[in-house]
This record gives sequence, structure tokens and C-alpha cells, in this order.
Amino acid sequence: MSKVRVLVGTRKGAFVLSSDASRKKWKVDGPQFAGWEIYHLKGSPAEPDRLYASQSSGWFGQVMQRSNDGGKTWETAGNQFAYEGAVGPHTWYDGSPHPYEFKRVWHLEPSLNDPDTVYAGVEDAAIFKSDDAGQTWAELPGLRTHETSASWAPGAGGLCLHTILIDPSNPDKMYGAISAAGVFRTDDGGKSWQPANRGLRSNTMPDQDAEVGHCVHRLAMHPSRPKTLFMQKHWDVMRTDDGGDSWREISGDLPTDFGFVIDVHANEPDTVYVVPITSDSLHYVPDGKLRVYRSKSGGNEWEALTNGLPQKDCYVNVLRDAMAVDALDPCGVYFGTSGGQVYASADAGDSWTSIVRDLPGVLSVEVQTLP
Amino acid sequence: MIKVVLPANLQTLAGVGRVVELDLPAPVTQRSVLDALETDHPALLGTMRDMTTKKRRPMIRFFACEEDWSDASPDDPLPDEVAAGKEPFLILGAIAGG
Repeated sequence: MSKVRVLVGTRKGAFVLSSDASRKKWKVDGPQFAGWEIYHLKGSPAEPDRLYASQSSGWFGQVMQRSNDGGKTWETAGNQFAYEGAVGPHTWYDGSPHPYEFKRVWHLEPSLNDPDTVYAGVEDAAIFKSDDAGQTWAELPGLRTHETSASWAPGAGGLCLHTILIDPSNPDKMYGAISAAGVFRTDDGGKSWQPANRGLRSNTMPDQDAEVGHCVHRLAMHPSRPKTLFMQKHWDVMRTDDGGDSWREISGDLPTDFGFVIDVHANEPDTVYVVPITSDSLHYVPDGKLRVYRSKSGGNEWEALTNGLPQKDCYVNVLRDAMAVDALDPCGVYFGTSGGQVYASADAGDSWTSIVRDLPGVLSVEVQTLP
Repeated sequence: MIKVVLPANLQTLAGVGRVVELDLPAPVTQRSVLDALETDHPALLGTMRDMTTKKRRPMIRFFACEEDWSDASPDDPLPDEVAAGKEPFLILGAIAGG
């Protein structure tokens, strides 16, 4: 019988939640790395017991962790992230030049076929790669040195590379998303990158449809359709079917199109999930109701999923890396909140239960479907 | 033996207790203490000072014998009481809430 392992990063440690395929009873292990911010942890698709975790602290900096036994034990990996070559400025909140400075690893994306290869998206925005299971890290500088990078400015969370998607049909093709620069695409394994933001409009910029500068919050891809991407932008839910050459809005009838997370059903490539958040100044769900919205038509028509979720006096946020799906049928959907709840649906969102209710604020949720 | 007191988060990271003992030749300095600490416990690399420049991380403080040594030269000899193991060298995370 299959098993499910949910990897949860929080503001004060990591937790591993385990269940069989029924997804009714859960075992909660943790906290690992107690007291540290765990921005992200993720398992290798090639070797599921190989996990990587980003452990950070404003006091003590960046630490990287690796597990070879599915999170039972961990060992520190390399934590030196040095930008390659000359480091120019980016644009600060007030428009002035500001020096690039490494702050933390936001996102880890293990290779699809080599457990020792893993990418790291970092703040200030850049992508690093390790080919030795995280012992050493080398920047792929073509992204940070893109001709537009001096104009990149941080979002409220910092100038972070928060999403890395690998095309399963060709691992040299990848997408990265930066707050607040936008989407970039590489076709050569990360050597060179091109902006892929045509069709985005952002009223936070003087040129609203500029090539870069958009505050993209999250991208999602179904592995069977790597040219179709779904995006939760600062405002607007967007879709492309040509690998980012052109985007169109699919916010449709959502109550608000601000939000952070977006994900795609594991078995239905046109079924998409978002969690609308009130606004960029009110980072909590609208009307005190925690509602996941699902579109079964690839966008525009959305239905509220509320069964089992609090529908009064709820004012939590769901951060950009805090939603994931398993690969079972029916598909399981999971998300974590700023209030420390991790919710699970074993029926593609029709009903929800909380696996845990009182963790530290959740930063990230990943799911592994195990044999 | 030099006694070094670590903050809780670094104790967990290094898998050690509150006090770590180091056997160091004279002169005992901030640099020699931190070098030895990182050699014995590589998990601590980069958590107290920058790995390349060796500059103290901004929110790390060093105290000894009721004095703040945070901004002292890393090559200044530490007090005799620290070198003799009578007083500890304290490494702290700055008080900033959280």
C-alpha cells in the first residue's frame, strides 16, 4: 500500500507527517532543527529517502541539511553560497541601487533523476546548483547577471528566487520565478536565462507591462504539460500554454485574485487550486473564511472548497511554498497556514481535515508519495 | 582547557552541550577560539562569522569576564582568566526577540 509523507517547514523547525494511502491517521514527527526557520525541505524524486532542507536564522545564517533515511536522521551539508564573479547592485525599495548580498535559501529543487543534484533558489535572487548532494554549491550566474538584473527590486519578503520548475521532458529546460522580477526561463541547463513575462500587467510599476519587475508569487506545472504554467501573481492568477511566451489572466470569478500559493491536481492537468488572500495590505483570507478555490477548467471558473475549513473568525495566510499535492487517486491536496495548521484533503479538495493545528507558522509544505 | 559557552541553537546544531572545552596554545584569541571551534564542529561554519571574510555575523556577540569583546580585534589576546579556563568565553545571539 502506498504511503504519503508530508514535509513541513515552519518558523521554528521542521515536521514530517506520515500516513498510509487512506490519509486518515497521521504520525507527526518533529520538530527537527528546533528554533530555526525552515524555509523549505524537499525530497529527491530519484531517491525519495534523500531529503534536503534549508535551515536559516537571522542570527546564525544559512545551514543546509541532508537526510538519507526520509528525515529520521540528518547531517549538515555545505552552506557556502558565494556569488560568481563581480556582484553588481539591484534596485532597493526606494529605487536606489543596493548591493547584492546572500541572505538565505528559499527553495530547493532536487533533480528529477539524480539524487545528488539539487538546485537552490536564494535571496538575494540567484540560482545555485550542487552536484555532490549539497556539499558544495556553485552559482549559475547567467540568471543574476541578466542584463535586466540591476532593475530587479525586492518584494515585501525580499528579493527572492522562490520557485524552480524543471521540465520533465527535458531537464535542461527550467523556469525560475523571482519576487519582484518575474519569470525567467532557461533552455540550456541554467547557463542563460530569458524573461518570460509577456502578458503580465502590474500596477505597482510605472510601465505596467514591462519585460521584468512583476511580483510573481508562485508557479505551478503539471508534469504532463510542461509548457502550461499557472501563476499566482501579487494580484492576478495567470496561465501560459507556450512556456511563458504569453500569459493570460484566469482570475475569473475569484473573490480576490491576490494570493501566494497555486498548485495543479496530480491527475487532472486542468484542475488548479489557489487560496485567495484579501489584499497586499491584508495578508489573511477574506471575510474570516478559509476557502480553497478549485478550477476544473484550467481557470476562470472557480468553486469554493470549504468543507472542513473554518468559515468564521479565521485570519490566517497561506504562504507561497505552503501547498502541495500527492500522486494518489483521488489526489490529495495539502496546505499549511501562518497559524500553524496543516490541512489535508484526500478527495481532491471536496473535504478537508487538519493533520495538525498548532505548529509554528508554516513556511512550506511538500508531499512525497511513496511505494 | 578553554571553556566556550554556546547559544542554544548552536548547541543543537553542533550536537553539543552548553559548554565546549578547547585545548589551545597561547596566545588565546577570538580567532584561535573560533578556528578551533569550527575545526572540531564543522556544522558551526558560517554561523558565527562569515566563512570567507571571517567577519563576525552582525547579530552575534562575544563576551568574556563581564566585558563585550564583540568589536575587539580577533587577534587580541583574551583575558588570562579565559585562557586559564577559569572564566568562559561566551558566544551569544543578540537579544532581539523572536
